[in-house]
Amino acid sequence: MPSIKTLAKREEKEIRFTPGHTLCAGCAEPMVVRTVLNAIEDPVVVASPTGCLEVASSRFPGTAWNVPWIHVAFENAGAVISGVEAAYKALRKTGAIPRRIRFVVFAGDGGTYDIGLQALSGALERGHDFLYVCLNNEAYMNTGVQRSSATPACAAATTAPVGDAIPGKPQDRKDLTEIVAAHHVPYVAQAAVSHLIDLGNKVERAMKFDGPKFVNVLTTCPLGWRTPRDSALVQSKLAVETRYWPLYEVIEGKYKVNYKPKERVPVEEWLKTQGRFRHLFRDPRGKERIAEFQAAVDRHWEWLLRKEACLSGEEGGQA
Amino acid sequence: MRKVMTGHKAVAEAMRQIEPDVVAVYPITPQSEIAEYYAEYVHDGIVHTELVPVESEHSALSACVGAAAAGARVMTATSSQGLALLVEVLYIAAGMRLPIVMALANRALSAPINIHCDHSDAYLARDAGAFQIFCESAQEAYDYTLIAQRIAEHAKVRLPGIVNLDGFALTHTSQVVEPLEDAVAKKFVGPFQPLYPLLDVDNPVTWGPFAMPDYYFELKRAQEAAMEEVPGVFLEVQKEYARLSGRPYAGFLEEYRLADADRALVVLGSTAGTAKVAVDALRERGEKVGLLKVWLFRPFPYAAVAQALGHLKYVAVLDRAISFGAMGALYSDVAAALYRHKDRPVLTNYIYGLGGRDITAEQLESVLLELSKVRPDEALRYIGLRE
Repeated sequence: MPSIKTLAKREEKEIRFTPGHTLCAGCAEPMVVRTVLNAIEDPVVVASPTGCLEVASSRFPGTAWNVPWIHVAFENAGAVISGVEAAYKALRKTGAIPRRIRFVVFAGDGGTYDIGLQALSGALERGHDFLYVCLNNEAYMNTGVQRSSATPACAAATTAPVGDAIPGKPQDRKDLTEIVAAHHVPYVAQAAVSHLIDLGNKVERAMKFDGPKFVNVLTTCPLGWRTPRDSALVQSKLAVETRYWPLYEVIEGKYKVNYKPKERVPVEEWLKTQGRFRHLFRDPRGKERIAEFQAAVDRHWEWLLRKEACLSGEEGGQA
Repeated sequence: MRKVMTGHKAVAEAMRQIEPDVVAVYPITPQSEIAEYYAEYVHDGIVHTELVPVESEHSALSACVGAAAAGARVMTATSSQGLALLVEVLYIAAGMRLPIVMALANRALSAPINIHCDHSDAYLARDAGAFQIFCESAQEAYDYTLIAQRIAEHAKVRLPGIVNLDGFALTHTSQVVEPLEDAVAKKFVGPFQPLYPLLDVDNPVTWGPFAMPDYYFELKRAQEAAMEEVPGVFLEVQKEYARLSGRPYAGFLEEYRLADADRALVVLGSTAGTAKVAVDALRERGEKVGLLKVWLFRPFPYAAVAQALGHLKYVAVLDRAISFGAMGALYSDVAAALYRHKDRPVLTNYIYGLGGRDITAEQLESVLLELSKVRPDEALRYIGLRE
C-alpha cells in the first residue's frame, strides 16, 4: 500500500500532471489525477475525452501533461485507449517497445455514463489492458452544469432546472459502477476524492491485473454543486458518510465494501449544504422528496451489503 | 501472377502485404468482407496485426487514431452509414495528421436504407481533410491501396486517405487482378516511420490539444499545406508504382480517347468501364467522343482537369449522388476548374445510379449524343430515372 509519503516521493521524482492547468479554484479533479498517476509505478500513456480536464490541461501551445496524453473526441475515450493499447501490443510483438507501459483514461461522467458508454463497454468486452478512471462530478460541468445520467435525483442542473412544474432532475442516477461490473472485468471500484489513500490503494490493486480496470471516483465540483470553493473534500466526505457514495470494490467478481460508516448520517446533511438541492428545503414538497432520496440511498446500501455477503469471497460469505 | 478475385479480396490482399500493426474495423454491407478476410489473416497468424473488433465505425476510426498516435501503422475500411458515423473522427484524424488509409465500399446513404452503390458516402467525407482516390476496377483498388498508404505516410503529407471502390460493382464482382509479389509490395510500402509516438514515454507529447481563436486558424492552414503536398507526392508515388508494376498509371486523371474528341463524359469509379464501352461504340460510328476518369478526387486536380477538358465543345459531368439544393459535387469541381479557361466547353450535370440503379453503355451513349442539343443551364439531368 502506498503511504502519502510514497505517493509524494513518486511525484517528487516525476510530476506527471503539472501545475499551470486552468481547472477551477477548488476543483477536485487534479487531486484525483495526481493520486492515480502517482499510484502507478510504470510509465503511463493517458487518454481523456472532451471535458473539464481536457480543456483545462491542453490549451495549445501549452500542456499540463508531463506524460504522453491524447484527446480525440467526447464519446470515444474507450475506443482511443483500445487503439493505443493495441498498438502497444503489436509493437511489443515486433520488439519495438521494450518497456512495460500502462494505459489510463481520465473521463468525466458525461464522457463515461452517457456519450462514451458504448465505447467504454466495447473496450471492456474486448479486454484491453487499461485503467479507466471516471472523474464523476455528476453533471456536464465543462459546458455549464447540464444534467447527465450521473446527476442525482432532485439536483438542479441547467437542463433540469427547478421549475414550478418540474423541480430539478426527476430521474435517479444511473448505477454505472454496476454496469461496468456486469462486464465481469477483473477490477471495478468506487472511490471518492476525500479518501485519497483509499484511491491510491485501489489503483495499486487494480494495476496488478491485466485487462480492463475501472474506478468511479466521486469528484466534487464546487461550481456545479454550488458549494463554497474550499468544500470539495468536505462534500466528498459527507457523500461517503451518508452512504450516498459507498466506497467498494468488485475484484474478480467478489464484492468488498471498503468503508462502513459507524453512524447512519442522514443524507439530508449532505443535501442541505449544496446549492443544487436548495429548493428541497424551500419547497413544501421537498420533505417528501428528501425522504424518497433517503429511501433510495438506504435501498442501494442494503443491496450492496447483501451483494457483499453473497459475493465477498471471504470464509462463510454465502447467500 | 494473375488471379481472379473480388475487389474486396484485392483490397484485403493489399492490406495483408502492407501488414499494418493495427486494424480496427466494424462490419457493414458491402464492406464486411474486407473485415472478414483480414480477420482470417490475423486468426491464421499470417500477419502480426492486432485486430480490434470494435463495436461501431466511430470506435473503429477512434481506435485507429489512438493506435496511429501511439506510433503504429493502422488501416480500416467502411461504407455508407458507417462512414457517416465515423466522419467526426475522420476530421480529427486529418487535423491530427494521422496517416490512416481506409477503404470505402461506396454505398448509398439512408433514408430509405439501401445497401447498393452510389457516392453519397464519399461526398459526405469530401471536406474532411482526407485525400480521396476513386477506382475503376479491382486491380485499381489493389494498386491504389498500396499507393495510398505511401502517400498518407509521406513525410510531407501525413494525412488520412480514402480508397473508394464501388459497392458490389467492384467489391463483389470477380475480376482478374495481378497483385505484386509480397516482397515487392512490402518493399514498395516500406517500414512505417512514426512521428512523436505516444509510446515514446521518455518524450511525452500532448496529442489533440484544444486551440482557441489565437491558434486554430494557423493550425488549419498548416493542415491545408499538407493537403497541397498530396498532388506532387501522388505523382511521385504513382510513377514509382507504374514502373514497378508495369501498369499504365500517369497523372490524376485517365484520359480516354479524349485528345481529338469534341464531347466527353467525366466520371468517378467503376462507371468509367461502362463509359469506355460507350465511347468505343460511338467512335466506331464516327462520333468524336471521349472520357475523363478522375482518380484523385481530393485534393481536386483543377489545373489537370482544365487542361484535359479545355479543348472540348461539350462535357457531361456525371455525379452518383445528389448534393441536395446544389449542382453535383464533381460537376461543381469541374466547373470551377474550367472557369478560368477561355473557350470552356458547355457543361451539363447528370445524376445517375443512385442506390445501385444500373447504368448502361447505351444510356451513356445517349448522353453523349444529346450533349450538343441540351440547353446550357444549371439544371440537374437524370439518367435512368422514372419520372
